[in-house]
Amino acid sequence: MGIFDRLANLDRRLIFLVIGLAVAVPIILKIKMPIRISSEVRSAYETIENLPEGSVVLASMDYDATSAPELTPMFRSFLRQCFRNKLKVVYTGHLAIGMPLAQFDLDAVTEECGAVYGVDYINLGYRPGFTAVMIGIGREIRDFFAVDYKGVPVDSFPMMKDIHNYSDIALIVDFAHGQTAEYWIQYVVSRFGVKMFACVTGVMAPTLYTYLQSGQITGIIGGLQGAAEYEVLVGQPESAAFGMPAQSIAHLFILAFIVFGNIGFFITRRKK
Amino acid sequence: MNLLGTWIAAGLTIAILSFLYRDNPFYKFAEHLFVGVSAGYWVIYIWAFDVQPMLVDEFLRQVGIEKWLLVIPAVFGLMMMARWFPAAAWVSRWPISFTVGIAAGLALTAQVQGYIIPQIQATLLPVVSIGATTAETVGQSINNIVILVGVICALLYFYFSREHKGALKVGSKIGIVFLMIGFGASFGYTVMARISLLIGRLTFLLQVFGLR
Repeated sequence: MGIFDRLANLDRRLIFLVIGLAVAVPIILKIKMPIRISSEVRSAYETIENLPEGSVVLASMDYDATSAPELTPMFRSFLRQCFRNKLKVVYTGHLAIGMPLAQFDLDAVTEECGAVYGVDYINLGYRPGFTAVMIGIGREIRDFFAVDYKGVPVDSFPMMKDIHNYSDIALIVDFAHGQTAEYWIQYVVSRFGVKMFACVTGVMAPTLYTYLQSGQITGIIGGLQGAAEYEVLVGQPESAAFGMPAQSIAHLFILAFIVFGNIGFFITRRKK
Repeated sequence: MNLLGTWIAAGLTIAILSFLYRDNPFYKFAEHLFVGVSAGYWVIYIWAFDVQPMLVDEFLRQVGIEKWLLVIPAVFGLMMMARWFPAAAWVSRWPISFTVGIAAGLALTAQVQGYIIPQIQATLLPVVSIGATTAETVGQSINNIVILVGVICALLYFYFSREHKGALKVGSKIGIVFLMIGFGASFGYTVMARISLLIGRLTFLLQVFGLR
């Protein structure tokens, strides 16, 4: 049996082991690599930088544990940038199971930045029927969120006094692992003319580039690479930036597997 | 308590990853535990964030016609449960029709206003785009031509009213190339996403075991 026949019949558990080591070793050795900032991430970052102090940003948490390694670093960097620029964050979500997960990061970053609940940010919680909620906020946010996530009336919080609908919201940022980013664009951005950028998983990012090219969104932060770039821009590299060397090395091994696999395939096919 | 939670999470992660070697009872246990906990969590969440605040509390708070209008969604919700009883399953079609009708109505305007028209507008590009520098002019013009050719050829590939012969065949073949590049980009991003999940879990495990 030649080397290519062996490659063609390679035990797939060996491939899992190699990929596992390709990821684990750079993490253990704390390898560092330079991170180049892409135009779509810079554009998203600058959208927030250009907002006047006191502007309201609506953050929609539409992810859960299955995509936390990609989206959590984006959310943490986003909160830091908003609080540093003295922006008000209204936090809601369309995925019930993801809300408590993001709450950990919300609590950690608000404590770190000294943000005050009800003054600098508010958690409105989850409501079902996301398209109806998205459109309904265009009329009056209290129609769906009369109370916050703990059942306290939103009118009792100072920051909610002047927030009624999208005309009071300067920017929407969606943290999504599904299609909610597209729903925000189609149902809200086009209808109400609110600015938006999307923080999405690598799986979702390619579908959003058409919206970036058409100017419907101002930026995309996609996947761990996007998260790492955003962390660097915000000036506090964390899990995404530290994870990128492992990502790059794992990609090199995957490329090698694809190249050798194809060479082996063509050679064994020619022999037959 | 936090320490215990961390070790449970680490144990369950290893149990799930053990499937990569072969199916085993530890994996099965973790999988069933996840399904059970998720289902229980959803029940609690739907009661606490949907039914109680938006139906029960609202019914108690409202007065007059607003109060009694809430009976309609309550009855529709109960009708959905008719699916559990084969003889009465047809009753659930009414609330499903209502939901589908609402979703279709909302989606229709959103698709036209938020997707079709802006995307067509974004495709109507000048073949020669004048930039501030020559390099910018050339670069932007090439981008515009690629977008135009890509859109037209991809549409030709999905034109099935005539046999793909002659110019139509050439156009549709070019369309396939654009589609394949699109699929490749999506697949590449998907690989990145999956490796990111592995990085997240391995970082967690290595932290638990003091290796990071």
